[in-house]
Amino acid sequence: MSDEIERLLRRGPGEQGAQTDARAASQRLVARMLSEDLADVTYASVDSPFGAMHAAVTHKGLVRLAFPEEDPESMLEQLARRISPRILSAPARLDPLRRELEEYFQGRRRRFEVPLDWSLIGPFARRVLRRTADIPYGGSLSYAEVAAEAGSPRGARAAGNALGSNPIPILIPCHRVLRAGGALGGYGGGLQRKRLLLELEGALTPPLAG
Amino acid sequence: MSQPPPFQRFLNEHRECVWRFLVSSVGPVEAEDCFQETFISAMRAYPRLRQGSNLRAWVLTIAHRKALDAHRARARRAVPTGEPAELERPQPDGRSCAPNGEEGLWEAVRGLPDRQRSAVALRFIGDLPHRDIAAAIGCSEEAARRSLHEGLSRLRRELAA
Repeated sequence: MSDEIERLLRRGPGEQGAQTDARAASQRLVARMLSEDLADVTYASVDSPFGAMHAAVTHKGLVRLAFPEEDPESMLEQLARRISPRILSAPARLDPLRRELEEYFQGRRRRFEVPLDWSLIGPFARRVLRRTADIPYGGSLSYAEVAAEAGSPRGARAAGNALGSNPIPILIPCHRVLRAGGALGGYGGGLQRKRLLLELEGALTPPLAG
Repeated sequence: MSQPPPFQRFLNEHRECVWRFLVSSVGPVEAEDCFQETFISAMRAYPRLRQGSNLRAWVLTIAHRKALDAHRARARRAVPTGEPAELERPQPDGRSCAPNGEEGLWEAVRGLPDRQRSAVALRFIGDLPHRDIAAAIGCSEEAARRSLHEGLSRLRRELAA
């Protein structure tokens, strides 16, 4: 009898329903936490021609956009460390970004309007990426030009590193920075994607790209 | 661990354990409010969490306090009408109508005195060691062992009757 009671206690109440009930309760909880503004960071995946990207927003704006092959868990851990561990999944908060990305990839949008949060970007990278953010759709600059205009004491290589660490690619258009001779240079998301973005913007004609 | 994990992961990992603990302790109806209060308190305190904290023991300690609040509030409501605290409340799914069997066990758990109920639920649903149960209840490890033993004895007596 005593073993039977301990066995039943260990199994817990409502064995079948508990998992589903707990999930439903946590969804209601997250909705309440979001309405009471308790999360410092919210995240979701957003669709793109590259696949499902991972996006995170703070009260200031979009703080991180990661390519599909990046591990979303390590992105969240970085955000927990650098910004706040109060992180919740909130797909609806990313709707404005989804809309703008869709329009951009359809060639119907030349400027993004969702606000950006620059918190993950250090002071030097910030100068480089601010200058980069000013390069217009369809345009491009060389690494050396960006470095010079950002007042980079360490030149094009340091600027390249700063661009490579861009936490918000596409919206901070680091794909618009090329080598002096017009060669593509590097890209955190892979050169194919850099080429595709530049072709989309008409900065590169497909047959000549290479 | 230098930093608690992203809250969503913490919630996903512990929601079922907390939910079961609360259902066993206060019943399925009041579990909903206690569950929300537990994780909202956890969310508020989360960035100040000490390094290396045992997250399950921590969140169950919060849940234990919310369950205790719910029991005390119910006892206060019950006083004017003189209802006994362990009076069976009607459950929406009607499961509590079963006089014995599994639901009878949970009714009996909910009817235990505070400390015994907490010790039993933290031990068997929360799967916490005696040391953590003692810390959650705020008593010595020896007292936690005793409460657990008394709670189990009482359940055996009641369910054998």
